[in-house]
Amino acid sequence: MDYLYTDEQRMLVSSIRAFVEQELRPHEAETDQLGYVPEELGKQIVKKALEMGFYAANLPEEIGGGGLDYASLALMEREFGKTTYGLHGFVHRPSEILMACEGDQIEEYLLPCVRAERKEFFALTEPGAGSDIMSMQTRAERDGDDWIINGSKHFISSPVQADFAILFAITGIEETPRGPRKQVTAFLVDTGLEGFAIERGPRCAAQRAYRTFQLSFDNVRVPHGKILGEEGKGLDLAGKWLKMGRVWVAAGCCGKAERLLGLAIEWAASRKQFGQPIGKFQGTSFKLADMATELRAADLLVMNAARKADLGIMEDDDAAMAKLFAAEMVGRVADNTVQIYGGMGLMEDLPVERLWRDARLDRIWDGTSEIQRHIISRSLLRPHGA
Amino acid sequence: MKVLIAVKRVIDFNVKIRVKSDNSGIETANVKMSMNPFDEIAVEEAIRLKEAGTADELVAVSIGTAQSSETIRTALAMGADRGILVETDAELQPLAVAKLLKAIVDKENPGMVVVGKQAIDDDANQTGQMLAALLGWPQGTFASKLEPADGTATLVREVDDGLQTIQVKLPAVISTDLRLNEPRYASLPNIMKAKKKPIDTTTPDELGVDVTPRLETINVVEPPVREAGEIVADAAQLIDKLKNEAKVI
Repeated sequence: MDYLYTDEQRMLVSSIRAFVEQELRPHEAETDQLGYVPEELGKQIVKKALEMGFYAANLPEEIGGGGLDYASLALMEREFGKTTYGLHGFVHRPSEILMACEGDQIEEYLLPCVRAERKEFFALTEPGAGSDIMSMQTRAERDGDDWIINGSKHFISSPVQADFAILFAITGIEETPRGPRKQVTAFLVDTGLEGFAIERGPRCAAQRAYRTFQLSFDNVRVPHGKILGEEGKGLDLAGKWLKMGRVWVAAGCCGKAERLLGLAIEWAASRKQFGQPIGKFQGTSFKLADMATELRAADLLVMNAARKADLGIMEDDDAAMAKLFAAEMVGRVADNTVQIYGGMGLMEDLPVERLWRDARLDRIWDGTSEIQRHIISRSLLRPHGA
Repeated sequence: MKVLIAVKRVIDFNVKIRVKSDNSGIETANVKMSMNPFDEIAVEEAIRLKEAGTADELVAVSIGTAQSSETIRTALAMGADRGILVETDAELQPLAVAKLLKAIVDKENPGMVVVGKQAIDDDANQTGQMLAALLGWPQGTFASKLEPADGTATLVREVDDGLQTIQVKLPAVISTDLRLNEPRYASLPNIMKAKKKPIDTTTPDELGVDVTPRLETINVVEPPVREAGEIVADAAQLIDKLKNEAKVI
């Protein structure tokens, strides 16, 4: 695959690989056991990520970001995918949606996020609104120059408690040819405002050191100037960001699968049973062949989506296909790796069981496999009027 | 002071080396290549000299095929200022490399040349010493500490019986040992800046250097597979085996 990369991309990959191996991987097992990343360690990772220019690598250079194109970002996510999200999360990629900040919002929200002085929650998902985002219940109602927000959000993931939320709330109903449609608006809501409560979410089996939070809003008052982008256009704003999110998850799946495959090969070549390395048995070697082939295919789907995004021609199904295939691929690779390791694969002494648990989440977050299939099939059938 | 750093493109240290089936050499096709780790240490040390204000310009030189420019680019991304590629497809042996480096030194007039003590491909450990001899310069080899001051450099050398501290007059050739420093990895802004840093290309012909190999490789074979050890019952049996089987005492 190297032949597809520029010299700069190759150097970027080797720098990030070294960063992941030296700064993040040594803390994987401990933070997984703890269920969080200790504050000091988190700060140390942020500091190093800033020094290396990896922090906010997705945002334009003009505002202090890394200015990376999508293909380079995909390679970056691929390397970070080899470790856990709890640690990777500190090398933060602020929501591109913050680029919609205007006027005072730029100094107050966008720039501090680039400098790691502030951090955002991306608050979209609700207990009753997961894949079906339009069943959102959180509402904001106009009151003079202010908006009054009520509702709740959950599965809001972040390595640390954030300083403000990019909150999506219903602000009205519009009539469309296909019937009434909820209008969603994005707001910048500072934590600490009266009525804004934050609780830790339940412990998760996957990505244990990555926290989730539950946010609730009880008559939280924000001025009109806290609207991000345009009133009623919140989902349009989120759309592009969510689409690229699928490509980043897919890229991370490829990194994780590469690490798992490496572990599986190592074990297959060294573990002896019946007088020979277990890799000599086709039951094992054919698994390895399938794993490597599927990984290559997923990598190509990710590169296809990222390169098309750079050219401005990425379609919904490009991102959905990459996410669907890569997430399901890493699930199979992880399962096969456990099988090749046998009982040892499930022991906490080795990283295999953790990677296997972590990989399970990839078929769910940033759009379930079912949603990706829906997007892909819609792109096939819509042109035929179905 | 201008510092010249020599960087070699070698098979990555993580790659398992395979001998070619015709025993003419080792397999290099489709193999991951990287900068020689000792040369990374040389680059890092030169960058530290620049950060400390001792050096003002760092020039990274690589000799080899066109792909060696990738290795120079890595040095530039770490912090070197410009690069020189001596492009050739010929087989290069230490003496030829030392002569080429001398030709570059004659043009560039650096105050110091920093090289890795050896390259991890052929482990020759000769180029730095040969270069110093050709230049008639002092040499400080296997440096694990380097402190230049007022026309001299004090360095600590790792030698067989411990650590030796010496002082050399500058200009000098310094070769780096493993414990001199821990090389940095390139930051994203520096990777982007490296794109714009210049790399000049020249050839052995242009430098007037004959690189014809003086040594001929006849056969390359895998090292013999090490046999498993044996546990002996007691000291008496050990001595017996050493005397009568291994015949070493």
